[in-house]
Order: sequence, then C-alpha cells, then structure tokens
Amino acid sequence: MTSLTLKRARPDWSGIAFAVILTLVIIGPLVVVATWAFTEVWRYPNIIPQKFGFRFWGQTLGRPDVWNALMLSLKLSTVVTLLSALICLPAAYAFARMKFPGRDILFFSFLAGHAFPKFGLLVAIAAIFLQLNLIGTFWGVVLIQLVGTLMFMIWIPVAAFQAVDKRMEEAARDVGASPLRVFWSITLPQAGPTIFAAVLLSFVGTFYETEGAWLIGAPGIRTMPVLMISYINNQMVIQYGAVLSVLLWVPSFIALMFARRVIGGGAFARGFGG
Amino acid sequence: MSVLHIAEVTKTFSGGTHAVNSFSLDVADGELVCLLGPSGSGKSTLLRMVGGFEQPTSGRITIDGEDVTHLPPERRPTGMVFQSHALWTHMNVFKNLAFGLKLRRMPAAEIREKVEAVLELVGLAGYGDRMTNQLSGGQQQRVALARSLVLEPKILLLDEPFASLDQHLRERLREEVRDIQQRLGITTLFVTHGQDEALSMADRIVVMANGKTEQIGRPDVVYRDPKTPFVAGFIGTMNLVEGEVKNGHFARSDFSFPLSIADGPATLAIRPEALDLTVSETPKAKVHRVTDYGSHGLVDLDLADGTRLKSMVAHPDLFRTGQGVDLEPRAVAAYRNNQQIFRS
Repeated sequence: MTSLTLKRARPDWSGIAFAVILTLVIIGPLVVVATWAFTEVWRYPNIIPQKFGFRFWGQTLGRPDVWNALMLSLKLSTVVTLLSALICLPAAYAFARMKFPGRDILFFSFLAGHAFPKFGLLVAIAAIFLQLNLIGTFWGVVLIQLVGTLMFMIWIPVAAFQAVDKRMEEAARDVGASPLRVFWSITLPQAGPTIFAAVLLSFVGTFYETEGAWLIGAPGIRTMPVLMISYINNQMVIQYGAVLSVLLWVPSFIALMFARRVIGGGAFARGFGG
Repeated sequence: MSVLHIAEVTKTFSGGTHAVNSFSLDVADGELVCLLGPSGSGKSTLLRMVGGFEQPTSGRITIDGEDVTHLPPERRPTGMVFQSHALWTHMNVFKNLAFGLKLRRMPAAEIREKVEAVLELVGLAGYGDRMTNQLSGGQQQRVALARSLVLEPKILLLDEPFASLDQHLRERLREEVRDIQQRLGITTLFVTHGQDEALSMADRIVVMANGKTEQIGRPDVVYRDPKTPFVAGFIGTMNLVEGEVKNGHFARSDFSFPLSIADGPATLAIRPEALDLTVSETPKAKVHRVTDYGSHGLVDLDLADGTRLKSMVAHPDLFRTGQGVDLEPRAVAAYRNNQQIFRS
C-alpha cells in the first residue's frame, strides 16, 4: 500500500516580502494621519502623542463650512455620476454594438482628455468658462467633472457590452422579446456588474476630484477635498486637515465594501478586457 | 401543419459577394431537412434569414402561406437553437424557459406546467432551479432545445447545435433530438457541416456550396448517387480521379477503365467500398499503407503518377505496403463540366 503524503506548499517569500512592503507604504501614512486626527498634544521627541482626544473632531465638525462642503460634494458627485451614466451608457452601447462613420476616432477621442497634462487643459477650459459665466458656479463644476468621468464611463461599459454574447441577445429576440426588452432583460443584467463598477469608480473619482473643482469652482464652490487642501495649507493646526482626511475615507471605504459584496474582483478585470 | 417555403432567396453582402444565391426550398409539414455544406457555403446565413436575423436581398420566405420575409425574429413563428446554446447565464433553467412564455403574458400556473412538461420531454425533469453553468454541455444544449420547443414554434431551426459537444454525446443527442422532432412532428431546418449528422437525422439533405444548392435528396440517394463532383467529394469518402476518355476508355496513368462516353476530360468517382483490389503480377497501383479497423480495412494506394486512392477491403491482412495491385471498380460515376454524365 502506498502512503498518502500531503505535499506542503512552500511559503512564497518574495510574495510575502512584496506584500509587507506594499502594506507599509500604503498603511503607514494612513496610520500617521489617523493618529494625528485623534491627537490633542504631540510634541517633538515623543513617538506617540502625549494626549489623545476628540477635541479637534468637535471643532472641525462644529464648523458650518465643513458641513456645507460635505453636502455639496455629495450632491456634485451624485449629479455628475447620474448625468454621466445618462450620457455615457447609451453611447457605450452604440460604440459596442453599432457601426457608424467616425466610430473609432470618436472612441479614442475620449482618451484625449487624459493624454495631455490635465492642468493645462483645465486652464484652457477655465478661460472658456469665464466667458460663459460658469466660473464659480455649481454647473460649471458639474461640467468639468463630467469630462473627467467620460473615460471610465465609456471605456468600461463598452467592454462590458462587447463581452455580452450576441447570440444571447438573438435568442431573446427569437423567443419574442423586442429590442428594448432584450436590452433591459438580457444585455443590461449581463453587463450589469461591470457597469456598476464603472458607476462606482466615477462616483468616488468625482468625490475626490480637486483640480477641476478648485480651478472652476473657486471661490464660490468649495468641495470637501478643496476645503481639506486649504486647511492643510492655511491652518497652523495639523489636526483640522487630518480630521477631514479621515472623514474623506468614509465614502471610498463604503464604496469599496459595497463593490466587494456586489461584484467581486472579476468584474473590474473583465471591464478592462482581462 | 406547417410548411416552409423559400423562394429565390438571395443574400448579397456589401462587397458584392453572394452568401446565398437564388436559393429555393420547400420543407413539408413535419419534415426534417438538413442544410449541409462546408463553412462559407451560405447554410448558416440561410437559416438566419429564415429566423429573421438577416434580411434577404431578394426573394420570399413564407411559413404556412404567410409572408415572413421582412418580419423581425420576435414576430416569426420560428424557434432557433444556437450552436453555442446561448442560454442566459443570469437566469436559472426555469427562468430561461419561462422568459418567452412570460412575454406572451401567460398565467404563472400555466407557465410552470408547460416548463415542467418540456423539461420532462428533454429528460431534465427537476432541473428548473439549476443555474445554467451548473449543467454539462449536453444538458445545456437540451435546455436550449427546450427553450425553443416550449413556445411551440411552427418551424424549428437548429444551427449546428452539437458542434461544441464531444463525439459520443453528439451521437446520443442527435438520436434524442430526432426522436423528439418526430414525436412532436415539428417541421425542422437543421444546419450542419457534419455529414454523419445529416445522413443519420435528415428526411432530406440539401447539399450547399457557394450559396447554391448542389443537390437535394434523401440521404441514401445523395450518398449513392451524387449529382455533382462536389457532392461526390463532400459526402462520405470518395475517390475522385481526373483523366481522359478516349475510344470508350477512361485513363489516368496506368489505370484504365472501360467507359462508354464521348471522348474528352472526365472525373471518375469511385467509393472505397466499390473498389476491389487483387494482388497482381502486372500491377496498376502500389499499396502505400494498410489500416486495419477491425470490422474492415482501408488500403491507401498510389497510381504510378502519385494519385492517391482508397479502397475498403474485408481482409486487410492480405495486403502489404509496397505490394503491386490491380484495381477493379464495381460501380463508378463520371462527371464532366460539373454534371454527372455516366453512372453504373
């Protein structure tokens, strides 16, 4: 009789080292910022703060401009994401399934916005917006942030729609579904998880977008990240910026948890053609 | 009670190539007709035109006398089974089958009844709750068949439904499909490039090449009496020998055969099972290889000019590689200008 020996998997040392380094680089700064947010006194030679506390949380959250900025950021991100979905999803379907003149050039033009240094582009757009009286207005910022979402909201859904087996759609037509019904009952559910990933990405991306919001929005429109930057730059007290930064983790953390539950890692990869 | 009538249908793709060229066919009630041809012969395009997924450039398609030529697929009384089964992976088996019935606003109880009956029919009773990716390839294809059958289409369209399955499963499934088709008496158009499938399932075979019909007939007739050299070469194994006829004799290299047709070039077609071999002192051909299949043997031979022929023999152990043999065709057909001009 042959004895069964279980071969023990050898530890993958290079993988573990890589993971440790990544963890240090990513988690390290986060830990420092989080520590600062809950610190009341932390003087030079000490490695840990002398006094922890929620004093600066109270002070930060007590400021009306923080709440205004938070509400504004949520409103902006929601409006931009909805508008972007409304414009981009039908366009993505058209790119994926239809043939029309100029299709390829138009498709690549969505990359153009990301092919140049963004700030230069923004300054040029700001000059145009100035003439249109859009500087410092809510809709001005919506427009500029909409441009930023185009790539995610076109490219990922196009890949998602293309990945849907055409025969599935034909089979649905065959059993009596109208083209609209096919889109609603077959194409969208098939492409759904990946499209949801794109929507989530553009929401989070918009929430954290700063350059456009600052350049077009100032001085009237101050989003959370813009406010945070001004706190970090203009305030002597580090804690204000740290508290805001910790606050800003919340939406991305919720989004990530949600994304993990609903889609699983595969959908992102599929969206990028992986 | 459903007849399909295809009249002079032509499909021209942009660029001017004829995918289907003036094709006509009548399929009788309850008949299973196979469209057989190599890829690019237009058989799939034709099927897709019947299903409504392609628009013919010209011609008419009628089902029970009703012109459906320009109807979209959802308004045709046809049911299509796709090669890749095309099941909806975000629905379970029950929902896949119920989708079409729901679109027809059938009451839920009736839907359940029908779906269960059709699952029973394809041998998958109790599989309603499974997701499609939990099924084997054969089961998936059965669900795809059930999805079409549950709507009771007038015409069933099968587009190479077994192509992605392994040989063993393919043979079993084609028997099952044939049984179901005959039991329901459903008029069926079946596309395949596999001659076994066509020969074993069809009431009639349409052999297609380059968008045109080469021959229409019962499987045994198409096999025994191919009307064109293309059909002769496509169905079954066939020795096609090109040569010259002179003074009542066909000749190619050292091989000659009495053939009473007018002088000129001709193609001689001989089935391997109709080509007898004898070991000879004055050989016309040399044995290249002997393959023993147990029930019979196949001998590959070369004529002096290198032309390769195949002969089916009952006792392969009588022959060796390099041996000289004499050829005696028992039955031949001869073709000239793509027409059959002689048959024995």
